[in-house]
Amino acid sequence: MQTITVPGKNSKHRVLLYALSTCIWCKRVKSFLRENGIEYDFFDVDLHGEKEREEVTADILRRGGRLSYPTIIIDGEMLITGFKEDKLREVLEI
Amino acid sequence: MTTLEEVRQRVESDAKSNGYYLNPDPEVLRHLLEGLRKNEERYDYPSCPCRLAFESFELDRDIICPCDYRDPDVDEYGSCYCSLFVSKDVFEGKIPLKPIPERRPNEKQIGPHIKSAKAFTKTTAVKATASIRKSSERGMKLFYCRQCGYVCFREEPPYLCPICKAKRELFAEVTIS
Repeated sequence: MQTITVPGKNSKHRVLLYALSTCIWCKRVKSFLRENGIEYDFFDVDLHGEKEREEVTADILRRGGRLSYPTIIIDGEMLITGFKEDKLREVLEI
Repeated sequence: MTTLEEVRQRVESDAKSNGYYLNPDPEVLRHLLEGLRKNEERYDYPSCPCRLAFESFELDRDIICPCDYRDPDVDEYGSCYCSLFVSKDVFEGKIPLKPIPERRPNEKQIGPHIKSAKAFTKTTAVKATASIRKSSERGMKLFYCRQCGYVCFREEPPYLCPICKAKRELFAEVTIS
């Protein structure tokens, strides 16, 4: 799975975002991360085929998440479903 | 090809006739309408811009805008899942617009082709496969609204009657003997 890296000054945490290209909440997460200078990787699931979709689905379910987007995985441990600004601030220490 | 203006007119008219408002932020609204237009272009139907479509009308039917979950979501949270439709209070800024939890059952989000998903959610995946198999065998049922007589043919009754807004409990299965 080829994710796209958005560089940022703050790379303290490893942030992976599963998103949809048309989703407004996913767009908000991207803007939020960018505005706060957080480096992150993202993957627009709707722009990819079955193989990649299956990988994302398996990854989210394995981590006990819901199959909804945006799904943010921080440091490969913490999974956050949806744009929860307060939670993101807390986990990313911003 | 459907234009952005056509999508806008369609949702505006739907909002008006159902007593809803559209997202008050013009930039967010434009993005949502563009998402619907894009989905209509790539899938042939305007599925929710904030949900992953399976590109199968049968599997995506409940997330075609306005989705099956809009009415109970606006009712409970003041906005639908993607925030296209909002209540009067949200529109007027009396209630803040926030992301809301997904009401669509998780098993509906697992595609029939996602094999590995079954290993992780054995029960739900089995349930989802069973329901998909059922529908493919035309095992869907007829339901009617006991309040207004609206009839639909699907796996389960809608949350709210699209005609008279009666709740799901008022739906009964039509049995033909």
